[in-house]
Amino acid sequence: MTGETTTPGTNTSPQEISGVFRGSADGATALREKSKTEQGIRASAIPTFVAGEELADLAGNDARIVVLTADLASAGRTIDFANRHPGRFFNIGVAEQNMVSVAAGMASTGLRPFVSTFAAYLALLCCEQVRTDLAYPGMPVVMLAHHSGMTLGYYGTSHHALEDLSAMRGIAGLTVVCASDASELRAILRASLRHDGPVYVRMGRGRDPEVYPDVPENFAFGKAIRVAEGEDIALIATGSQVRPCLRAAEDLVKEGISARVVDMHTISPVDATEIQAAVDDIGTILTVEEHNITGGLGAAVAEVIAEYGTPVRFRRHGVPDVHVALGPPAALYSHYELDAAGVAGRAKDLLQQTRGSDR
Amino acid sequence: MRRLKVVAVTHNTAPIPVRGTQERKGLFRLLEEKAKLVRRETVRLSRIAGAGHYTGTFSCAELFSALYHSQLRFRPDEPGWKERDRFVLSKGHAAIGLYPVLADLGFFPAELLDNYTRLHSPLGDHPDMRKVPGIDFSSGSLGHGLSVSLGMALAARVTGKEYFAYCLLGDGELAEGQVWSAAMAAGHFKASNLVAIVDRNQLSIDGSTETVMGVEPLTDKFAAFRWDVRRIDGHDYDQILDTFSDIKHRSDERPFCVIADTVKGRGVQRMELEKDWHVGNLMGADYDEVMAEIDAGLQPARSLA
Repeated sequence: MTGETTTPGTNTSPQEISGVFRGSADGATALREKSKTEQGIRASAIPTFVAGEELADLAGNDARIVVLTADLASAGRTIDFANRHPGRFFNIGVAEQNMVSVAAGMASTGLRPFVSTFAAYLALLCCEQVRTDLAYPGMPVVMLAHHSGMTLGYYGTSHHALEDLSAMRGIAGLTVVCASDASELRAILRASLRHDGPVYVRMGRGRDPEVYPDVPENFAFGKAIRVAEGEDIALIATGSQVRPCLRAAEDLVKEGISARVVDMHTISPVDATEIQAAVDDIGTILTVEEHNITGGLGAAVAEVIAEYGTPVRFRRHGVPDVHVALGPPAALYSHYELDAAGVAGRAKDLLQQTRGSDR
Repeated sequence: MRRLKVVAVTHNTAPIPVRGTQERKGLFRLLEEKAKLVRRETVRLSRIAGAGHYTGTFSCAELFSALYHSQLRFRPDEPGWKERDRFVLSKGHAAIGLYPVLADLGFFPAELLDNYTRLHSPLGDHPDMRKVPGIDFSSGSLGHGLSVSLGMALAARVTGKEYFAYCLLGDGELAEGQVWSAAMAAGHFKASNLVAIVDRNQLSIDGSTETVMGVEPLTDKFAAFRWDVRRIDGHDYDQILDTFSDIKHRSDERPFCVIADTVKGRGVQRMELEKDWHVGNLMGADYDEVMAEIDAGLQPARSLA
């Protein structure tokens, strides 16, 4: 089910595909690096894949933690846990559904399993195991769903996860949360150990630019974080799109537009209070996600707005209900306007639109 | 006020008596009565629900009886006892026969059976671990149970406990690919405290497994996946008890698989190897006749033509 770790004709692993922001120093450096070691992908090539390291630290004081992968220990850096706690690490092989159900059995005895593989397989291939073996009996298993969205670029639709939020947020009793960077991922992992139930953690490809210089304090599932304040438009984003929205907000200021940026890290349960605040305070809302516009963040926000009843200008921005074109991630982000320039453009389009209540 | 400290009783700590002894004969009589309870209650509860999974429950009545009255270590007064053996009913549709066993042992009041499947009853067609004391994992979707049981077995390794994880699978269920992912992983991890019991009752819903989707040769299949395999008559207490006794004294590092050759519908002649009784509802005189037949005990079984 998972692909090879190198792509024919490129000699670059998926983790080495150039950065989200074209021309960024991070991406260029990473590309130049020789990023393979005998143990697989070098940690420096995927610096925000800190789950293995963070869990290894936490496991020193928490005997409940075990980690499982499905033949992607290097690609997802759970190998950093395996190296320090080999007796609490299980590589299940290319058998993702088995991995999820094995973790459920472990959790039933009091352990806290973390399962890690590509988002496409955790959410789509294992959807029924997640529903039946994790959410229905309330097993506290944390899914580390890495390489979500279209981060695997030219690997194609088989490896993309642009429907995972839609599938996962339809499951009762499952917390669905997106990490925008390494610090937020650490906060999510710590919160998950205090949480009595399963958590789907959507992650990018490990090279997400920094949003939070430090681990956000008082992080809580279901409580959005306002990362920038503004008055003209609210950009409600999640995961990989928080950083582009912040950059878009910086650019919009130069054109006299002030944008509030909300990191809606938790998609289920979504923070209705924060959405209603955007309605009341601003009245113009653009949701931004690396996901199909059907069923994801935009849909969750739209549901809240519709039931709230106050007319607003509202648009969902994401992948427009298509299986995306083939290409490197940076090219895809540009093509689908999911980079800073694209988001700024969409924001301006929306601001030029007549309000429903002004008609 | 002083509280009495209740000391929970652990079941099935004594060794299984050997063949030919009075103790063994006594255990036989007990197990026969408990298997009758499984069949009788399955018939009674099916009438309450209006339909029930008769035949796939009858085929494992002897296995239920022997597991709960000779093999599994558990404490009805302390269902969450961490050292208990785990039992996962991967063929969750046989829960109608397991609930009476659990109620009889005192896991929950037997009166709950009278409301089987009614609105807000904890007892549904497939078992829910959050609602039913004694159910170690929820099941119903075929193919998951062996993976879950493997997780329980591996957890014992992490936490330094000595329990066994038992999993009862159906034979039709073996067409699910996840079973073989779990089987492969169990062999790989040398999960010696994992026991899979296959209720080889010969039929899935649409007919003979070998017509619908052939599962044989089963012994060779599990052996090839690095399991220690034994094939027995799943209605023969001597074979069941000898096998259970050996499980506790094995030094093999492989997981253990018991292929229990059974007869779907066993104990009620009109249902034996009849696919149309996978789900059904006995009424009127048929109900009384079947109850009398069960009370009379097992007669020679039918076989597939």
